[in-house]
Amino acid sequence: MKPAPFDYYAPKSVEEACALLAEAGGGATVLAGGQTLLPLLALRMSQPFVVIDINRIESLKFVSRADGGTRIGPVVRQSEIISNDILKQALPVLVTAAQHVGHHQTRNRGTIGGSIALGEPAAELPATAVALGASIEVRSVRSVKKIRAEEMYLGPYATALSSDELITSIDFPEWPVNTMPLFREIARRPGDFALAGLVGAVVIESGRIARAGIAWFGMGPTPIKARQAEAALVGQSIGSLDAQRLAELAIADADPFDDRHATAEYRRTVARRIFVRTLSEALKQRQAA
Amino acid sequence: MSEHKIELSINGRRQRATVEGRMLLSDFLRVDAGYTGVHVGCEHGVCGACTVIVDGLAVRSCLMLAVQADRCKVTTVEGLAADENSLHPIQQAMRDEHALQCGFCTPGVVMTLAALTGGAEKPDAETLLASMSGHVCRCTGYQGIRRAILKLAGESEAKQP
Repeated sequence: MKPAPFDYYAPKSVEEACALLAEAGGGATVLAGGQTLLPLLALRMSQPFVVIDINRIESLKFVSRADGGTRIGPVVRQSEIISNDILKQALPVLVTAAQHVGHHQTRNRGTIGGSIALGEPAAELPATAVALGASIEVRSVRSVKKIRAEEMYLGPYATALSSDELITSIDFPEWPVNTMPLFREIARRPGDFALAGLVGAVVIESGRIARAGIAWFGMGPTPIKARQAEAALVGQSIGSLDAQRLAELAIADADPFDDRHATAEYRRTVARRIFVRTLSEALKQRQAA
Repeated sequence: MSEHKIELSINGRRQRATVEGRMLLSDFLRVDAGYTGVHVGCEHGVCGACTVIVDGLAVRSCLMLAVQADRCKVTTVEGLAADENSLHPIQQAMRDEHALQCGFCTPGVVMTLAALTGGAEKPDAETLLASMSGHVCRCTGYQGIRRAILKLAGESEAKQP
């Protein structure tokens, strides 16, 4: 058998799962969709003593509209995000982002909660949560709390989650129906990790930008919020946007690195271009509509 | 180390077993249940050869634990054709279009296409072609697989870009 031995539990409730996590004292791993955890177990790069499978917890599978936003349970599959009518209406950019996660076969298992908890810097869903200003509801036997997505990621695969905490909901704020979505990813092949990616949402009110949420993925050790570009966008008239200058501001917040897939310089160059192109195309589309 | 009693349906037959928590579904299907049509290639979720259908959806069986398939309906390539002497329409299309050579990736490819075309909604060729990103084939260069998909979707080669 490929994985090292572990004790497997499949609790039916959040309380039970939290109790198991507390009891394991840091030796447990939560199993959601398993599309990253299972390879890590098979390669024995991860050797937990206890695996807590949350797939049998029905109360973690929901998509609901509630007080000024949309709540998504962590065990909602990426393929379910793509086909969900509420999300198509309320968070179309999340739906687009989910279409770029892995492959059809892995999206059928992979979950939003698993992706958010893993914190892969080149992943689409953590960056989308950061861009749109989501917050993550986290539970343990000690407390229930909310972590803002932009404070969640500390480094590659390092998050603000403690070892006894379980994600119980991903809460997105309300974005109006006519929000302009921004999404572009550069990868060598579909399903590969992004070399550089941009995700965001822009609200336009009477010809001016009223609100903007933008983040990079694959452009640093964590998903990165393009704060300077967001600030510069708000208040601008859409007729007089200087996309090049905004792209420079957006890049200024990124912190790309060299690895065997691409150099930092390549990532910066590509990111600049996709920013300009994605923003210009979205605006053109908006003006034509 | 924990052991678990599971009960699942494999190709319509009820199967009971006791498995270790760490047993992968792919290994369980091959070694314990004898369905060697489940091919294991990379064993860490990259190649797609071990794809099976679990409760109607194509999934990589090396990325699920056997214990997670408890109370599930699993279909492997052995469960597709009506009998020993016939082929499922997808298998027939792949044979007709020379969509395989060594055959190692084939069961996975067939199961993904079977899952996508098995429901009430018939996906278009674009959707089926996109799903092939999840499979690695080192013999065919995918051209035969592509032709088989276009045939299944009832589209001619000329219509595709």
